[in-house]
Amino acid sequence: MNVKIMPKNGVLDPQGKAIENSLNQLGFDNFSEIRQGKIIEIDIDENEEKALNIVEEMCKKLLVNLIIEDYEIIFDREK
Amino acid sequence: MKASIIVFPGSNCDRDIAVSIKKITNLEPIMVWHKETVVPESDLIVIPGGFTFGDYLRCGSIAANSPIMTDIIKKAMKGLPTLGICNGFQILTESGLLPGTLIRNDCLNFLCKTVSIRVENNQTNFSNKYKQKEIIDIPIAHNEGNFFANENTLKKIKDSNQIVFKYCDKNGEINENSNPNGSIENIAGIINEKGNVLGMMPHPERATCEITKLKDGENLFKSISEFLL
Repeated sequence: MNVKIMPKNGVLDPQGKAIENSLNQLGFDNFSEIRQGKIIEIDIDENEEKALNIVEEMCKKLLVNLIIEDYEIIFDREK
Repeated sequence: MKASIIVFPGSNCDRDIAVSIKKITNLEPIMVWHKETVVPESDLIVIPGGFTFGDYLRCGSIAANSPIMTDIIKKAMKGLPTLGICNGFQILTESGLLPGTLIRNDCLNFLCKTVSIRVENNQTNFSNKYKQKEIIDIPIAHNEGNFFANENTLKKIKDSNQIVFKYCDKNGEINENSNPNGSIENIAGIINEKGNVLGMMPHPERATCEITKLKDGENLFKSISEFLL
């Protein structure tokens, strides 16, 4: 399973800003905003429902800071 | 005053704090490894600065879940004075003992310099030796010191007078120019509602001896030690 974590809208994303500036310097000007987040891959040997519950719990307890971040749990069935 | 200083992998201000506390209280603090599960009997817990666990995931997030934290949270909730400096402040917010969080400095640079901060609340056990609105010079050294809280949390913090220090200029002016890292309302340090858990980004332990030419941190340790005597 993958957890996609992104800075919340309205929360300063300095990394996104830095990438934006650098892309501008390289001549890319046909985009409006860059935001940077992270993806955490979790191999979990459980049925989907149970896995989802466990990963939710992981997000709340450690992986995500809900004050500044939003997350989305994505099933990666190919694995 | 018996102080316990918690040491995590990557803590690097633990011994400076020990020196400062010993100088002011004449008592040797206890160094407590993060894998311990019980804080020895003490009057004060200090969570020092550093880069615990390499700042992986989010600053302080891994340390906030170290074995010792369960007992720290329990004792702090019961009212035991607890001080978190720099990374220690980040650990306190990540563990839920303090509201808000600390994000990347808005300037994108690691900041290592002495700044002026203003005492916004001298009615706490950590700040009672300072005068209200006193301007003090304390070093900062951080990459993620930008205090952030949502509107509701910020309102609560303000309503209950939990802001203890704010970044200012030499004259005590608090504005964008005297804000080194983008912190909301120039916040440099806050205390919990109960008044026993203080978190601050500036390093008072780096301002307690002649060599550094900075002495303004002394009164913080004096405040808490005299309160506990």
